[in-house]
Amino acid sequence: MTTQLKNIDIAAITRVVDANFKRNGQSPHQLLQILVQIEAEYHHIPGTAIELIAKTLSIPRASIISLIDFYSFLNLTPQGNYVILISDSITDRMLGNQLIIDLFCKTLNITVGKLRSDGRVSIKTTSCTGLCEQGPAALINGYAVPHLNAERVAEIVHMIEAGTPLNQWPAHLFQIDNNVKQRDILLNYSQESGQYNEGDALKTLFDRGLQKSLDELTTSGLRGRGGAGFKTSMKWHFCHESYTTGDADDNLGLICDVKPKDRDDCDRVVVCNADEGEPGTFKDRLLLTTHAHQLIEGMTICAAIIGACRGFIYLRGEYRYLYDSLRQVLDDHRKQNLLGDSILGEQFNFDIQIHLGAGAYICGEESALIESLEGHRGIPRNRPPFPVTQGYLNKPTVVNNVETFINAAMIVDKGGDWFAEHGTEQSAGTKLLSISGDCTSPGIYEYPFGITVREILNHCGADPELLGVQVGGPSGTFITSDEFERQIAFEDLASGGSFIIFNSSRCLFDIVQNFTQFFSHESCGFCTPCRVGTTLLTRLFDKIHEGHGSAGDLVELEEIGKIIKSASHCGLGQTAANPILTTLHRLPNLYQMQLKQIGFEPGFDLDGALDTARRLTHRDDAAAHLAQREEME
Amino acid sequence: MTESQFTIDGVIVAFTEGQTIMEAASAANIYIPRLCHHPDFKPHGSCKLCTVNVNGRNCSACTFPAAFGQQVLNQTTELNNLRRRIIQMLFVEGNHLCPACEKSGNCKLQATAYQLQMVDSHFPHFYRDSRVDSSHPDIMLDRNRCIFCTLCVRASRDIDGKDLFAISGRGINKHLVINSASGELHDSGMTITDRAADICPTGALLIKRQGFSIPIGKRIYDNHEICEDCDE
Repeated sequence: MTTQLKNIDIAAITRVVDANFKRNGQSPHQLLQILVQIEAEYHHIPGTAIELIAKTLSIPRASIISLIDFYSFLNLTPQGNYVILISDSITDRMLGNQLIIDLFCKTLNITVGKLRSDGRVSIKTTSCTGLCEQGPAALINGYAVPHLNAERVAEIVHMIEAGTPLNQWPAHLFQIDNNVKQRDILLNYSQESGQYNEGDALKTLFDRGLQKSLDELTTSGLRGRGGAGFKTSMKWHFCHESYTTGDADDNLGLICDVKPKDRDDCDRVVVCNADEGEPGTFKDRLLLTTHAHQLIEGMTICAAIIGACRGFIYLRGEYRYLYDSLRQVLDDHRKQNLLGDSILGEQFNFDIQIHLGAGAYICGEESALIESLEGHRGIPRNRPPFPVTQGYLNKPTVVNNVETFINAAMIVDKGGDWFAEHGTEQSAGTKLLSISGDCTSPGIYEYPFGITVREILNHCGADPELLGVQVGGPSGTFITSDEFERQIAFEDLASGGSFIIFNSSRCLFDIVQNFTQFFSHESCGFCTPCRVGTTLLTRLFDKIHEGHGSAGDLVELEEIGKIIKSASHCGLGQTAANPILTTLHRLPNLYQMQLKQIGFEPGFDLDGALDTARRLTHRDDAAAHLAQREEME
Repeated sequence: MTESQFTIDGVIVAFTEGQTIMEAASAANIYIPRLCHHPDFKPHGSCKLCTVNVNGRNCSACTFPAAFGQQVLNQTTELNNLRRRIIQMLFVEGNHLCPACEKSGNCKLQATAYQLQMVDSHFPHFYRDSRVDSSHPDIMLDRNRCIFCTLCVRASRDIDGKDLFAISGRGINKHLVINSASGELHDSGMTITDRAADICPTGALLIKRQGFSIPIGKRIYDNHEICEDCDE
């Protein structure tokens, strides 16, 4: 038994639970947040904690177990006192994360996925941690560590073996660079450049009037920056409308006067989706670091317009290191009367809580995010009803991306016409791109919509010979050089912000395999086509990648891909086959060259299947082995 | 067509406000394949066998609201091919050995597969490693046959008031768990009179000592296809 297990007593767990209740109120919806804190303390959720929480919150034990089992960062079995999660995005792999894993394993004497016998340390891989331009990266006890190399690994190993508590590790290990390479209106909407003053946008909102401010948003043409591109003003309008009865249009301007202590009675809710999980995307990481004031002001503006008194920032677990600074910004807004009771003297109460995610890409889907906020497994809901009519606790809810809220604050501040001058007719404004991969200057670039891929490639110093660019992350599109004149815009290449460059030395199959494995790992498993289909795709793709693919396998790959696309429950499934489908379509020759030149190749390892029989019969002679196929040459 | 009508495969169907496509189709005696749907429970929308095409878009008939003038496609070659692939996915994901299963002939998974003219499993089998729970004196749980329809979860929670089951895990690792101290059925408080005990569309949950009380050949789906009349 490890020492940590002995130390777990009910009193200590009760303290964690009570502290959470004190901060966020006693409610079963706090379950996930409580578990996140217990995991941070004990590096798993002990059985005693499950019993205690089941009793305190009257939640069936099986429901708690099923919740723990859903989120990657929660564990039913003990992990090390130091939990190392190595980021396994394609960009981390390109930067050599396998060498880092090997180095950790060798020097710490551990194997991936297993707890070291003294309980000190464990190591696993995890999906993209949003540090693609400063990888290979890892999370250690939940905190992000970029730029891993032999020197830093040695330093980390030393501190783990010495048992140094994480808060005493040198700060330089956790130093995250912003890497801003190109600013435009949004990144310049800051105090430093003199374009933003805390509270100005909110004051303008009340001076101008709520309806007129919403009209500005309509004029601006702002569309959601998460990738789908729904018109923001329309979303806010629908949310407001679904609450009021009768003359909704004339009623706009109703602001919420529910006291914060009665927040559960609040009728409408504002949610910021800061679950930036699309591999290759890290622009919200920057915005949450440098533009948190603007974000909170944007959310407050939304609350005033739709009539909400309760807001949430759903912060992905990987960005836990930003939790404290975000809380400070919230406190600062409260002190300045920009948040809390009677904001700026108006009859308007609104406050924001931060909810931490726990390692589930699917929670970036807005209805899964809402389920997660309610303390459930992140399973996307059936739609309709949409969140704008029935969202958090079935109340009308606006869910917007970090970048969208900041744009909204800027538009209320500077005006819709001014904003609409930027970008294209259908895609107004600018887009933040997270550029990583094979270029000399990876980082965050802000461009007006309409910029071509080629201009971007030239600007960031992309390698001259390219295999292609993945625009919009694995769920987006893989494009090759003949499409580099295409534009980043909703009407052409839509992107949530991920832009990964691959030079001609990169292996297409390594890339597609990483993306395909990502989707099957992150599938919530709710619907049959995505749950089974992504696993089928992964296995079939692995077969081809390993050189055992036949012509029939490509036909099958495409068919499974189309089934997942057309029959899946949510956006994850509907896009999970994109890496395969978009590359099959664009680079058929590479696929053909990867195939065995025969008509048929068995779907499984024939010789491997005989392994058990060989062991049972103690045979290993030639006749006890099978060739994978009859040689036909 | 009046305001409370839409069409399924060109046939005019009436609906009432708030009805799903599935409910309206059932009322009109039109069969749409399904496994996770049961009229006594809130629709789930997970198995995707009821995928229909609504005005050009694929939707789950069990959750999608019927609306005026909708053009719904149900019995098309394309949709039935899709459904056949989906049910084949369920077959390869679990371990469904019909000839050795007591549910054969009364099994909705098997009957729906026949109805969709499934003659092979098409995909390679997963040979999932699933736990069988025979700890309960009267009830048997064979997770090899579980298709995650969650009908037992819903029946136990919504009708029996016991909340004995939950779906745990994520993606392909999802599995049924039991809300008892041991994690097994014997100390769960489940009884054979529970609605959850006879709701399973497959042979995952079976009541013990009833094996073959109705002989093969005389079971629900032995002599006719699964259809709107014989289902439920």
